[in-house]
Amino acid sequence: MSAPVEGRAFEPRVLGLLCTHCAYACADNAGGTRASVPAGLRTIRLMCTGRVEPSLVLEAFGAGADGVLIMGCHPGGCHYKEQNYRAVQRQRILLRLLDQCGVEPERCRFDHVSAAESTRYLELVDDFVAALRRLGPLRLERRTRVHRPH
Amino acid sequence: MQATTSRPRIALYWASGCGGCEIAFVNLHERLLELDARFEIFFCPCLVDTKRQDVEALPDGALALTLLDGAQRSDENVEMAQLLRRKSQLLVAYGSCAHEGCLPGLANLRPTASLLDTVYAGMSEPSRPRARAAVPQGELHLPTLLPRVLPLADVVDVDYVIPGCPPEPDTLWRALGQMFTEPPPPRGAVLGAGESAVCRECALRREDKTIVRLRRVHELIPEPTRCLLEQGILCMGPATRDGCGALCTRVGMPCIGCYGAPEGVPDQGAAMAGAVGSILDIEPLRDRSDKEIAAAVDATLDAVPDWAGSCYKFSLAASLLGGRRT
Repeated sequence: MSAPVEGRAFEPRVLGLLCTHCAYACADNAGGTRASVPAGLRTIRLMCTGRVEPSLVLEAFGAGADGVLIMGCHPGGCHYKEQNYRAVQRQRILLRLLDQCGVEPERCRFDHVSAAESTRYLELVDDFVAALRRLGPLRLERRTRVHRPH
Repeated sequence: MQATTSRPRIALYWASGCGGCEIAFVNLHERLLELDARFEIFFCPCLVDTKRQDVEALPDGALALTLLDGAQRSDENVEMAQLLRRKSQLLVAYGSCAHEGCLPGLANLRPTASLLDTVYAGMSEPSRPRARAAVPQGELHLPTLLPRVLPLADVVDVDYVIPGCPPEPDTLWRALGQMFTEPPPPRGAVLGAGESAVCRECALRREDKTIVRLRRVHELIPEPTRCLLEQGILCMGPATRDGCGALCTRVGMPCIGCYGAPEGVPDQGAAMAGAVGSILDIEPLRDRSDKEIAAAVDATLDAVPDWAGSCYKFSLAASLLGGRRT
């Protein structure tokens, strides 16, 4: 992701990882109504939130995301039976690792939406972006590299 | 020192380590004789008498191989790593500290200043370590700590990696064989170990991979033949490279992850979060609201007090985040 422009108001860069059966369908419907979403939101369509490897979230932070929003089906409504439960379990463990590494757990949120909840989808995205605005940019200290003479 | 022979010279050096890697080296036992027949151990502070000046006096590339263990913790570690890189044809990150930071890397969960405050609690300024101190005999110099513990590959180019805390002698021996075969393994390769996970070579019986309740090792005497994860013990097997022979699980102790992540896995802690999240029992989560689900999962996770310390015990310094954001 590109570097923030100095002097402008902070616009959080958000990676949305959306399940194709609900959240992505939701986002698509919202787009169909020409609703606007925060400028910093980038979405990736997944078959299921169960596909979200925790390392993907870390890599997103490393690539410059200020927040990662994972959105899947409502409990009990997963197309793959139970994978959204698995996704929540993985995310809750990841939050512990993030917290201990000084990355606010609020930067990785899991929300449940159904395909028919476009309005709610927009509210959730806005709410997440507002929370990230309060937190400010995620300034990850890249692993310090010592001068390498080679 | 004896007159040198025509055998290629090798070095074994420790940065911020505990000496366990050197023990693993001498645990080659009679194979040391074979090693000694082919190589001259030119530099190793705990085995031979040569000093840093002797290494500095060598032409560049004069050492056929250096096994460098220990983490990069101080500027002195970095100086020695750079020196040995210049003098060595092959520089190997030997052991978990050089590979991924190992236990010293857990210091990355705290700012360096707070580490010093803890160790030198209550001491006034003259008693705390200073980079330079004037004494009647002259000026003394002490190494200073880097802002973070670093794996060796973050400081100099590394040819190969030998994993483990410490590497099993068989791992070391296999790796030495691999690095001198033709064609040599690709640069940066992890040698001597496997590419899959410890579970692959673990003999314990896996039946129904479900964790109902997480438990720490002191909370139960595990059934001796059943998968420890199924018994609720946080065993790092699924997120750890094989090659050790699954020695820990064989005696009822969980894998603690010392060989680092399997081949191609970018982050050991994240891999463990993925693995455990896949097998925690979901029955209590059914027909609950999203808030109740999150709370129920959290209540299960509370049984482990230190997730980062458990999942990144050996690899925090080399993890995607590298440690705590300051």
